[in-house]
Amino acid sequence: MRKQLCDALLSRSSNENMIFLTGDLGFMALEPLQQSMGNRFINAGLAEQNMISVAAALAAQGFEVWVYSIASFLFARPFEQIRNDVAFHHLPVNFIGNGGGYGYGVMGPTHHAIGDYGALLTLPNFEVFVPVFDEDVNVAVSRAAASKNATYVRLGRTETVPGYPVPPYDRLRQLTRGDGGTLIAVGPLAGLYASAFAGLPITERPNIWAAAEICLTPDAIPKTLLEQILQGPGLCIAEEHVRHGSFASDFMLRLSSLGVYPKLFHHSCALAHHYDRYGSQTYLRKKSQLDPEAVLAVLNSFKEKAVQLR
Amino acid sequence: MTDSKKLSSEDLKRHRKRLLRMHFDSGVGHIGGNLSALDAMLVVFHEFLAPTDTFVLSKGHAAGALYVTLWGLGRLGDDDLKQFHGEDTLLPGHPPTIGIPDIRFATGSLGHGLSLAAGTALGLRFRGENSRVFCLTSDGEWQEGSTWEALIFATHHALTNVTILIDHNELQGFGTTSEVASMSRLWTHLESFDVDILVVDGHDPDALRDALSATPDRLRIIVMKTVKGHGVSFMENRMEWHYLPLNEVQYQTAIRDISSL
Repeated sequence: MRKQLCDALLSRSSNENMIFLTGDLGFMALEPLQQSMGNRFINAGLAEQNMISVAAALAAQGFEVWVYSIASFLFARPFEQIRNDVAFHHLPVNFIGNGGGYGYGVMGPTHHAIGDYGALLTLPNFEVFVPVFDEDVNVAVSRAAASKNATYVRLGRTETVPGYPVPPYDRLRQLTRGDGGTLIAVGPLAGLYASAFAGLPITERPNIWAAAEICLTPDAIPKTLLEQILQGPGLCIAEEHVRHGSFASDFMLRLSSLGVYPKLFHHSCALAHHYDRYGSQTYLRKKSQLDPEAVLAVLNSFKEKAVQLR
Repeated sequence: MTDSKKLSSEDLKRHRKRLLRMHFDSGVGHIGGNLSALDAMLVVFHEFLAPTDTFVLSKGHAAGALYVTLWGLGRLGDDDLKQFHGEDTLLPGHPPTIGIPDIRFATGSLGHGLSLAAGTALGLRFRGENSRVFCLTSDGEWQEGSTWEALIFATHHALTNVTILIDHNELQGFGTTSEVASMSRLWTHLESFDVDILVVDGHDPDALRDALSATPDRLRIIVMKTVKGHGVSFMENRMEWHYLPLNEVQYQTAIRDISSL
């Protein structure tokens, strides 16, 4: 999604009020932005703490500020600067973390960001965007720029098959329909599952919903989804994030405030920062039972349990 | 700076006494580091800080000195100072995020201020403005990596409108800067940067004025040799006055000490 990010920012870069800071990253992706922005494109170097506080001070003066790094370096190293200098001052700094979740795969656990949005959402005045498809990136950038809050855009890579008909952006949108239970997946995982399950007969295919934002107010939850949760055999939420601070924990609290409870519930999430062996994002998802086969097994188990409960 | 703005020695004493009174009334410590920084803050605010300039107090635990400085300018009143460190107050133990327009950034965790100052200076440059940015740090916070990150950034971007004042009282939370980090001569660690360094007596207003008046073509660092608990006999250079509040007898002694300076 880095190309889409570059394009989205490029389209805004004629705004002299916009400043972009990177923590020495962007090779083979952000050069067009660098050329376009001139001295408003700042390589702040390997100094994330300073970069965030500088960004805060610029935002305090009314600039539209973007900061970019690998997701794990962006939220964890300078967390206190994000909290004290950005969030406490309610400054609309826009954070872009590349390779969220297990995106950096075999690079190792130092490069994984499976607690990023949970940590950031403990702070006041924060919004989180997790684009599902390449086409979402421009919308996420626009929505982040328009927000009065600090924002975090977690970038991954689009995971649908070529030619997949991407539906228009929404915070929660339905990708597939069927009788195989309800699955909400956060970010690119939703595209992965939609592609993987497209060939299933409708009796086995789940209702897949894609979440592109994390903290959803009750009004953002479509009535159709609530009905599917109430009437279906169970709800599975899948995300490349640890359980604490997850989309699922927040979503289930919101459901309970509405008095909506699924018959069965399963949370497929990032289970560990590292295992005893290392591997790609696909490998690590499988280890965390986030691969399509494991998620499908969860959905199938809902039906079996429903039969047993009768 | 004009002579009409120039602080007298009696002005300095009046502010020191008000600081002691505020801390005594509230039963709050951090007095030593406030007294080491107060003189510089007064000179900056009363004699140099223009309305468009920015002051960042990186050593947020010297909030008391900042509040008293603002009191001296009429931006805070006695009623405000009476609330220092209390309930439902505008004046917490470290500079707050909201409520006091003169305080641009809340600080208190060390190592943030210089980056905030650098970002402010950079923004001014983008706006085509040449206002000054003053940042007062402690000496201990030069053990924070982020402070060095900020100095690298500020010098690389030639943010010459930044003036860093370092309160070099050589005492930190649990030892001297020499014992903890071999930093008793802090300026020697700074000399490899493309900066203009002055080492001055941080309690000599004229020395501070001279240092602040110059407009070098490089970022200026004023290393202020100061005394923790300056002016109070039983506090000077004693680490415990980073923490302790004053009792009645100590308060009266402190006031007498300041009066006799």
